[in-house]
Amino acid sequence: MAATQETIDTLEEATGKYKYGFVTDIESDKAPKGLNEDIIRFISAKKDEPQWMLDWRLKAFATWQKMESPDWAKLDIEPIDYQDIYYYAAPKSGEGPASLDEVDPELLKTYAKLGISLDEQKVLAGVVAVDVVFDSVSVATTFRGELAKVGVIFCPISEAIRDYPDLVKKYIGSVVPVADNYFSALNSAVFTDGSFVYIPKGVRCPMELSTYFRINEANTGQFERTLIIAEDEAYVSYLEGCTAPQRDENQLHAAVVELVAMDDAEIKYSTVQNWYPGDENGLGGIYNFVTKRGACRGDRSKISWTQVETGSAITWKYPSCILQGKDSVGEFYSVALTNNFQQADTGTKMIHIGEGSRSTIISKGISAGRSQNCYRGLVRIQPGAENARNFTQCDSLLVGDKCGAHTVPYIVSRNPSAKIEHEATTSRISEDQLFYCQQRGISTEDSVSLIVNGFCKEVMKELPMEFAVEAQKLIGISLEGSVG
Amino acid sequence: MAPLLEIRDLHASVGDTPILKGINLTINAGEIHAIMGPNGSGKSTMSYALAGRDGYEVTGGDILMNGVSMLEMEPDERARAGMFLAFQYPVELPGVGGMSFLRAAVNARRIEAGEDEIDQLEFVKLVRAKAKHLSINDDMLKRAVNVGFSGGEKKRYEILQMALLEPVLSVLDETDSGLDVDALKIVSDGVNLLRDPARSMLVITHYQRLLNHIVPDYVHILAGGKIRRTGGKELALEVEESGYVGIDDAA
Repeated sequence: MAATQETIDTLEEATGKYKYGFVTDIESDKAPKGLNEDIIRFISAKKDEPQWMLDWRLKAFATWQKMESPDWAKLDIEPIDYQDIYYYAAPKSGEGPASLDEVDPELLKTYAKLGISLDEQKVLAGVVAVDVVFDSVSVATTFRGELAKVGVIFCPISEAIRDYPDLVKKYIGSVVPVADNYFSALNSAVFTDGSFVYIPKGVRCPMELSTYFRINEANTGQFERTLIIAEDEAYVSYLEGCTAPQRDENQLHAAVVELVAMDDAEIKYSTVQNWYPGDENGLGGIYNFVTKRGACRGDRSKISWTQVETGSAITWKYPSCILQGKDSVGEFYSVALTNNFQQADTGTKMIHIGEGSRSTIISKGISAGRSQNCYRGLVRIQPGAENARNFTQCDSLLVGDKCGAHTVPYIVSRNPSAKIEHEATTSRISEDQLFYCQQRGISTEDSVSLIVNGFCKEVMKELPMEFAVEAQKLIGISLEGSVG
Repeated sequence: MAPLLEIRDLHASVGDTPILKGINLTINAGEIHAIMGPNGSGKSTMSYALAGRDGYEVTGGDILMNGVSMLEMEPDERARAGMFLAFQYPVELPGVGGMSFLRAAVNARRIEAGEDEIDQLEFVKLVRAKAKHLSINDDMLKRAVNVGFSGGEKKRYEILQMALLEPVLSVLDETDSGLDVDALKIVSDGVNLLRDPARSMLVITHYQRLLNHIVPDYVHILAGGKIRRTGGKELALEVEESGYVGIDDAA
């Protein structure tokens, strides 16, 4: 409730254009353009990685070279020249500063502009710990001391590879194997940074953890890798946010996120994705090709994905759950909003293996302008998943008459005791609703935002409060110019 | 001083069909006018034309509020200028919390007037106080706008909005339709509380019974897109007795 009211406040200050489109003028350290074994060795050396990690990368690269770019999604993708991308870019001031005092003031300014405070003193104690990734490196991670007191590890993954090799070795690639798909293989070869989270047995992480991704350099791809492990009875809520400068060329973002939840553990993963979407004529924007998957390994474990996808020229992602544990629970709450020439093909996979496993999918797609928005989801019940349950609800809302909404649900049940429900609706913003809001004095754009936020409410209420406000504001901004 | 509302020779069409064929009406501050008329006489078209709804095209004449023409104004601008329409069929807004909606409407006016947005706590108190008079409880305020409301609840909610927005001109479009006697009393009492020498109301109704509760200063009979007769409140009683038969011919 409070968040919704805040929205109205924040909506008013919303500006007309993508407001994160600025570029930080900072000297950067880049690997030469292009992709080959030497580049991978360069990245690995930059990160001071052990040999096993380099070997893993090189193997992934060999795998990727044998693969082909997928074309089954309902997406129209310009061919990507993988030799025309920088795979490593870091602010010159260095890799992994020891403390916030060492962070380049230009960077601190950038994050202040983005509304992210890296100043621990200014943040009320126990709010959100942030790891910020600027192009290819993590530039700061806050509240690490606080978290260490309870045994929680929250650090850049490049650091985890050096400091916690056993944990990383055990879990990396265990949920999303290298050869899972074209982009996961690419990511495994060239990933540069991302966050690592480890919650020990019985610990409830005392604050929200958050990673903020920013692409700054031109022609640079961002390949982040995130790994979150929650041991027995552990709990963590993790948020990620993303922005990039406004540029005419397309930039590639191919991330891999792996989650592992053991017995009675719960991981709540929320995303507000606001990469630069391209301009109103479809020029530029980020290609957001992401593989996110969580394994509910333990009994009664729970993984919940919440995503608000408003940015990127093209979004291709299906945050999924492998429900191995008995009575494990998977949830997927999604708002995908496309405007102008944006394309999104997004959804989830719920793979039921464990007895009594349950999943819920709530997807809200909003298409405006000339955009195409596709929900694609798989619910698979394996033979051993006795009494598995799934409920899926896919709602699409069309704004204007030049956009498209598509729903492609796949359902495979191999166990007769399973119960699967699928509901889907497609509607338009009605003239009645708009006129009603306007007659109360609310401007057309604010009315649309209000109605669309109402449409998304079931998903928005799953977001942590801090993010809900930002997400609602984003929806208003992203829809500007779509009506009237 | 210009009258609060002046309708001059108003012609309006829906699609290619002319509905209003030259309406003239002047409402001064503090007055309550009732518009009565048979089905299809143009009552709802008149309310939508006043509010500026898309599809209700003004083909001639003018609508002036405090001497300023409103024809070029968007519906939300007219609303912020002080025009309120209580809908005959209030619209459901799924997922849109009632309090957020009301606050957005109140703040839109305040921002236009160069004032600060209303304080959240102050706003909750204000809404609760106004809601009490209309027998609207907290539970109803927490729900999404009009979703799952009964017919009576929807009408009370319209009057609550009217009370919060303090319009200078309120157009009540068949607010009595679908109300039982008790609900009619609550709604009318709510409306009467808002009577004020600075505000005017235009009450559109098919039946006289509403006018026993909201007593008008003037009654106009609309038929065939024109005002055929104008009188005091006794005109409503006359119509109640003899019906609208013959009124068309009076022109």
